[in-house]
Amino acid sequence: MSHLLEVKNLRIELTTRDGVAPVIDDLSFTLNPGETLSFVGESGCGKSMTALALMGLLPEKVGRVAAGNIIFNGEDLSQASDQRLRAIRGNDISMIFQEPMTSLNPVFTIGEQIAEVLRAHQGLSRRTAWAQAIELLDAVRIPNAKDRVSDYPFQMSGGQRQRAMIAMALACQPKILIADEPTTALDVTVQAQIFDLLTDLRNQTGAAIILITHDMGAVAEMAERMIVMYAGRKAELGPVDQIIEHPRHPYTKGLIECVPHIQSNPSIERHDLVEVPGIVPSLREFGKDQCLFASRCAYLTEACLTSRPDEKHFANGQSADCWHAEAI
Amino acid sequence: MGILRIIFIRVVYAIALLLAVIVLNFSLMHMAPGDVADTISQSMGGADQEILDEIRVSYGLDQPFIVQLGRYISNVVQFNLGYSFFYNQPVTKLILERLPATLLLVITAQIAALLIGVVLGVISARKPNGLSNYVVTFLALFGYSAPVFWTGILLLITFSLNVHWFPVAGMRDVTIEGGFWVHFIDVSRHLFLPAVTLGSIFLALYSRLSRASMMEVLGSDYVRTAKAKGLSENQVVYKHALKNALSPVITLAGLQFSAVLSGAVLVEAVFSWPGLGTLAFQSIIARDTPTILGILFFSALVVIIGNLLTDLALRLVDPRVGGNK
Repeated sequence: MSHLLEVKNLRIELTTRDGVAPVIDDLSFTLNPGETLSFVGESGCGKSMTALALMGLLPEKVGRVAAGNIIFNGEDLSQASDQRLRAIRGNDISMIFQEPMTSLNPVFTIGEQIAEVLRAHQGLSRRTAWAQAIELLDAVRIPNAKDRVSDYPFQMSGGQRQRAMIAMALACQPKILIADEPTTALDVTVQAQIFDLLTDLRNQTGAAIILITHDMGAVAEMAERMIVMYAGRKAELGPVDQIIEHPRHPYTKGLIECVPHIQSNPSIERHDLVEVPGIVPSLREFGKDQCLFASRCAYLTEACLTSRPDEKHFANGQSADCWHAEAI
Repeated sequence: MGILRIIFIRVVYAIALLLAVIVLNFSLMHMAPGDVADTISQSMGGADQEILDEIRVSYGLDQPFIVQLGRYISNVVQFNLGYSFFYNQPVTKLILERLPATLLLVITAQIAALLIGVVLGVISARKPNGLSNYVVTFLALFGYSAPVFWTGILLLITFSLNVHWFPVAGMRDVTIEGGFWVHFIDVSRHLFLPAVTLGSIFLALYSRLSRASMMEVLGSDYVRTAKAKGLSENQVVYKHALKNALSPVITLAGLQFSAVLSGAVLVEAVFSWPGLGTLAFQSIIARDTPTILGILFFSALVVIIGNLLTDLALRLVDPRVGGNK
C-alpha cells in the first residue's frame, strides 16, 4: 500500500539561546490520499513545527530538519532544493494559517492574492486566473463572489477571510491541505461553518487534510485518525473513535477528560472538570532519555524517569508511547 | 468617498493654512527692527528723518499695521506679491524665475534619496547580519551626521577642483550651444553634486526607516502566507513585503519635504545654484521685505502641495488609508 505522505523518524532542532533543542523528536506517521489526520496537543508541543517542516518553511537559521525523511509521492522533501519546494508549496501541499486577520496581505485584493497562486503554479493568464478566483470564492460560499473578489481583506469579516484563505489554498487542487488551527480566531458558529466547508471540499477534491488543533470536538467530527503530541514527541496515534473511547496514554486521557460536557439538567450531580496538573517541560529538557510527561503523570514509576518509553502497538491500530499503555 | 472630494477638502484646508502663513509671516517681518527706508537711506549714504518719512509714506509704511496687512493680503490674493526695490522687479516674476531651479534640485534630491534609500533599506533588511547591512548603516550614520554645507564643500573640492568631473558652480554653462539634449546633459552635470549633497541626509533617514519597516513586515503572517504559496523570493520581498513597508517611508518623505526645502538654502549657497535659496539669502541681507515674504509664501505653497501629493501617494499604496469602503 503506498502512502501519499510518509514521515520517518523526523527530528527538528531549534537553536535557542540555551543550545539546540529537539522540538520534534523521532516522529513517524503516514497519510493516505483523501484522509483527514489530526494533530492534537497543547501549545508548544510541536504541531505547528511539523506543519512548517512539511512545507519547508522552518524559520531560517533557527530551525532545521536534523534527521529523518519526509517522503511525499516518493520524493524526499527534507532533501529537496529550495526551487523544488517552491514548486510544491501552494501547488501540491498548501496550508491555511491560524490568524485569518493577519495572514492575508492587507494591501492586495482578495482576487489578486488568489489569482497569483494560479499564475505562479499553473501559468494561467491574468484574465483566466481572475475568472478562476471568482469561481473559487464562489466554491467557498462567499456570497456575491463577483463583487467581493476585488475587495481588500479589511473589508471582510474574519470568517470570510478564512474562506478566502481556503480558496487560496485550494486554488491548485493540492493533494495535501494543512490546516493549522483554522478556526481558533473565529467565533463558534463560524467555526462550525468552516469545518463543514472543509469537509465538503475534501469530499469534492479528494485532498488529504492534516488538521492541527486543540479542539477535541473538531477532531471527533472531522478526522479519521489522530496523533497526540506532547513536548515534541508522539504520545499516541490511532483511529479517532478508538482513542476517544479508550485512550492508552495518560496525557490523551487527561486531554479528553478536559473537554466539558453540556448537561440538560445542571442540578443533577456532575463530575468536576478535570485538568492535567503541572506544566509542559521547558525546551531544555526536550532531549532527555525519559518520559517527558512523567512529572505530570498519575501512573509514574521508576521506568518512566530512566528511559524513554517504547511505542506499544494494539490490535485496533492504536499505538502509545507509554510504559503503562496496557494498564490504562 | 471620491478622490475628487478628498482633493477639494484638502485644497480648502490648504487655502486657510496659506492665509494663516501670510498673516504670521507679515506680522513677524513687521516686528523685526529695520525696514526698507533704513536700507535705502544706507545705500544713499545716510538721510535725515524727513527723507526717511518721505520714503515710508511712498511705500505705505506710515499706515497702521492692520491696514498694511489688509493691503498685503488683498494683493497676494491677486497674485501680486509686491515690488522688490532691490531687484527692481515684481516679486512674483522674480520668484517664478528662480522657482524651477529650486524645484529641480529639491525634487531630484528627494526622489533619488527615496529610491536609493528604500533599495538600500531592503537589501540590509534581507540580511540583517550581513556585510551590506553594516555598510548601509555606516553610510546612513555618516550622511545623517555630516552638515550639508560641509559635505557640499568636500564634494566640490574633490570632484570639481581636484578631478574636474563636475562644474564648480551655477546651473548651466552659458557658452554651450546646441539642442535640447546638449543642455539637458549640461544641467545634469551641474545638478549632480548639489543633488547628492542635499539627498545625502534624507537618504540616511529613508534607508534606516525602510530597513526597520521592512524587517517588521518580513516577519509578518502574510509574508509567511506568500512563502507558503510557493512564490519566488523576489516576489515575496518586492511585491508582498515592500508594498506594506512603504507606507511609513512615504509618510516621512512627506514630512521631510519642508526640511528638504530649507536644506536647499544652504546647498544653493554652497554651489551658487540660482534658486530660491540664493534669492532668500540675498534678500535677507538686503532687507528686501516683499521678496522675503514672497519666498516664504511660495515655500509654504510648495510644502502644502508636497503634503497633498504624499497623501494621495499613501492612498495609492495602502487601500486602508481613509477607509474608503
